[in-house]
Amino acid sequence: MDPKLDLLYRLADDQLILGHRNSEWNGLGPILEEDIAFSSMAQDKLGHSLQLYSLLHELGESEPDTVAFTRNAPQFHCCQLVELPIGEYDFSLTRHFLFDHTELLRFEALATSSYEPLAQVARKLRGELKYHALHANTWVKRLGTATEEAIERMQSSLNFTLPYALGIFETTDAEAEIISSGLFIGEDELKSRWLESITKVLSQTALEMPDLSLLTPVIGGRHGQHTAHLQPLLDEMAEVFRLDPTADW
Amino acid sequence: MHQALSTKHQILDWLQAVKDPEIPTISLIDLGVVRGVEIDEATGKVSVHLTPTFAGCPAMDYMKRDVERTLLAHGVPAVEVDISLREAWTSDMITDAGRAALRQHKLSPPPVLGNTVFDLDFLEYAECPNCHGHNTELRTPFGATLCRAVHYCHDCRQLFEQFKPV
Repeated sequence: MDPKLDLLYRLADDQLILGHRNSEWNGLGPILEEDIAFSSMAQDKLGHSLQLYSLLHELGESEPDTVAFTRNAPQFHCCQLVELPIGEYDFSLTRHFLFDHTELLRFEALATSSYEPLAQVARKLRGELKYHALHANTWVKRLGTATEEAIERMQSSLNFTLPYALGIFETTDAEAEIISSGLFIGEDELKSRWLESITKVLSQTALEMPDLSLLTPVIGGRHGQHTAHLQPLLDEMAEVFRLDPTADW
Repeated sequence: MHQALSTKHQILDWLQAVKDPEIPTISLIDLGVVRGVEIDEATGKVSVHLTPTFAGCPAMDYMKRDVERTLLAHGVPAVEVDISLREAWTSDMITDAGRAALRQHKLSPPPVLGNTVFDLDFLEYAECPNCHGHNTELRTPFGATLCRAVHYCHDCRQLFEQFKPV
């Protein structure tokens, strides 16, 4: 695939799918502020996906709604981390923390991309992503220094989620060209910045960072291999569009 | 009938009446959402460039229609509104009049960032719009709309909203 399309599909699909998952906390948050926070982040992420699908449309791909609502799971390039069900709040928080630290660093780096339309979008999104990272940090620090139960649950979520988070950085055949053309710094460089960034926050808590070299990253998502959780999400998300593509709501 | 061409000054004056749909004290111009106005001298058509405060702002379509409606009502023959991120919005684009308008609506205006390093700690500070106190604390970065955060003032012991710095 063309390196620009390859990169944009991975970015856009991550936003759309995690945006949808975040929206599932609407009405269910453990406290009102968290209900609003996850719903707001859902709204941000859908907005971010629209900006990225619009760039794809400018490059000759279909309309954003068509791309978002008519593909099936094997045509999606999101990492498996974002498609997992919301589970308990400790898992959703941990995923949000691990994912949004990469997002902030990713879009900070993309702000100087050689592909100017993407750089423009990135300069907009990075400011908004600061709030996502700030929100995640606040709760990870609060729960990671709270009661024994809170710490234990956060630690077990961290251990469970990290292999999936490592799958964010799965590369494709386009990686070498993405880096050499100055589109993006590349997944390896991003991963090392991310590690530094999350370690800094975790070191202020009672949580322990597992030895990453002993973990097997859960990959496949970037190549269309997904968990059984993605297709039902897509079916639900596209239910209205598939009934009536001209429906307005 | 040939209408006299509107001047840019006039267009901007008319656009002052178009307010943020969720903050009725501030105009789109003072919010910094209107990034440019062009008048086609041959046809009198007016082009208005808008940029969203937040990429996922659901009010953009409403703002677009409001701009069109207002200018058409003043007799502008044709209006074209485009929305882009060419010039990404930052909270520094809010004018001084806009900051006063936010205070009037009891929203704490975002601090001016200038060239300062915009780190996460910076987001935690806001001045209380009720008592102007500085002894405040960020309660949650997500409020009633994407552009608002919720803070607490330890001086007057009230929750208040801030228009987020971005």
